[in-house]
Amino acid sequence: MVPEGHKYTKEHEWLRVEGEEAVVGITDYAQSELGDITFVELPEKGREVNRSESIATVESVKAASDVYSPVSGKVIEINGALADTPELINRSPYEEGWICRLSVAGAIEMENLMDAEAYENYLKELK
Amino acid sequence: MVPFSGWIMPVQYTGIIEEHLHTRSKAGLFDICHMGEFFIRGSSAEKEVDRLVTCRIQGLADGKCRYGFLLRDDGGILDDLIVFKISRTEYMLVVNSGTMEKDKKWIQEHIAPGVEFSDGSSNTAKLDLQGPLSPDVLGILFKGFEPRTLGRFSFTRVEWDGVMVVVGATGYTGEKGYELFLPVQSAEKLWDALLSYGEVKPIGLGARDSLRLEMGYSLYGHDIDEEHTPLEAGLARFVDMQKDFIGRERLMDQERQGFDRVLTGFVCEGRRSARDGFLAVSDDREIGRVTSGVFSPCLKRGVGLCYIDKKLAVEDQEIVFTDGRVSIKANIKKPPFIQR
Repeated sequence: MVPEGHKYTKEHEWLRVEGEEAVVGITDYAQSELGDITFVELPEKGREVNRSESIATVESVKAASDVYSPVSGKVIEINGALADTPELINRSPYEEGWICRLSVAGAIEMENLMDAEAYENYLKELK
Repeated sequence: MVPFSGWIMPVQYTGIIEEHLHTRSKAGLFDICHMGEFFIRGSSAEKEVDRLVTCRIQGLADGKCRYGFLLRDDGGILDDLIVFKISRTEYMLVVNSGTMEKDKKWIQEHIAPGVEFSDGSSNTAKLDLQGPLSPDVLGILFKGFEPRTLGRFSFTRVEWDGVMVVVGATGYTGEKGYELFLPVQSAEKLWDALLSYGEVKPIGLGARDSLRLEMGYSLYGHDIDEEHTPLEAGLARFVDMQKDFIGRERLMDQERQGFDRVLTGFVCEGRRSARDGFLAVSDDREIGRVTSGVFSPCLKRGVGLCYIDKKLAVEDQEIVFTDGRVSIKANIKKPPFIQR
């Protein structure tokens, strides 16, 4: 079961809201589909992103995949550990494998975000 | 599981990197049943095989194998293969699965009447066991088999479970290892028997590719194909120009006239690798093209093979490959990229 309290997108990103900030990562399903992750291109701190814009790239032995920002905001922190140990995303996609933290401007548009149960159902549909 | 030349094969069992590193430190087992095995027999088999392939067959001792190419008349590579000399009148040719039908047709059209050609592929299973522990494993599994007596590029036959298994000291990983050929009916039993040793793990297509690329071995259809000759692929050492073979004339012309591009290796600056199709551009002109690229688990950097302008095929030459979106800095390096 995916962590409760996170929000999820159809592109398999997760979002953890903490007050006016949000942490972004990719889900266990996404890391499993990608296989061993070998490289992560992180955004620059201070970068402004719009919802659905590519905020990072995750590359595995097999493929490269864009990570789309679930919300609009500004990048205030990035997970530097991913530079040398990108496999953290495979091992711990919801915790140690976090990708970046955003400060979120205004209200979060919730329409395209699913809660844990909805995302689990979505995953079932994909099978 | 993915489709592969008419077969369904696993990209990975547990993880590409884990399987790759396991093969380099212990023993990995690969299902290579998809490859083809042809037999050429007859009193003039030696002469015929020698004419078909670029490597020298005359004078090869019984129980030895050699790597070479089947060429078109214009020198283009039809396939790369290994020739196993069973005797002067019997040879086994091990070919790629995607090119099997093409090879079969070509060979049948080009060998003299009176020479027997047969395709044993559908009855022959092939399993590769590769890694530093593979000699120990086979030494235990195959009674009477003494691994130290089988040198690289030699082969022997052992009896196991009532069937004959051809054991070749060959492989596609750069590790000590073996290619095992046996009747299909016994393949599953041998697979299970080998996996019953804790040190042996099954290895998928993903790691097979990263293992061969760390050694700089070519993959037909990517690094070598009909549009390139062995000279352009930097593989002249597998061509014996002193003997007659199909395509020799054209190679001699090419040696005289020279050629613009050559296949060589590269190591990327970082973890990200340039991939098949990435280009190197200088002054609006394409000066290089990547044919294979992968993340190397041993080097923790991208590595690969590319065709580039001959003048740039110099050790440590800096080059930038791009797919139009991403640019990757690399240095030209002659393979292998790791020491074994």
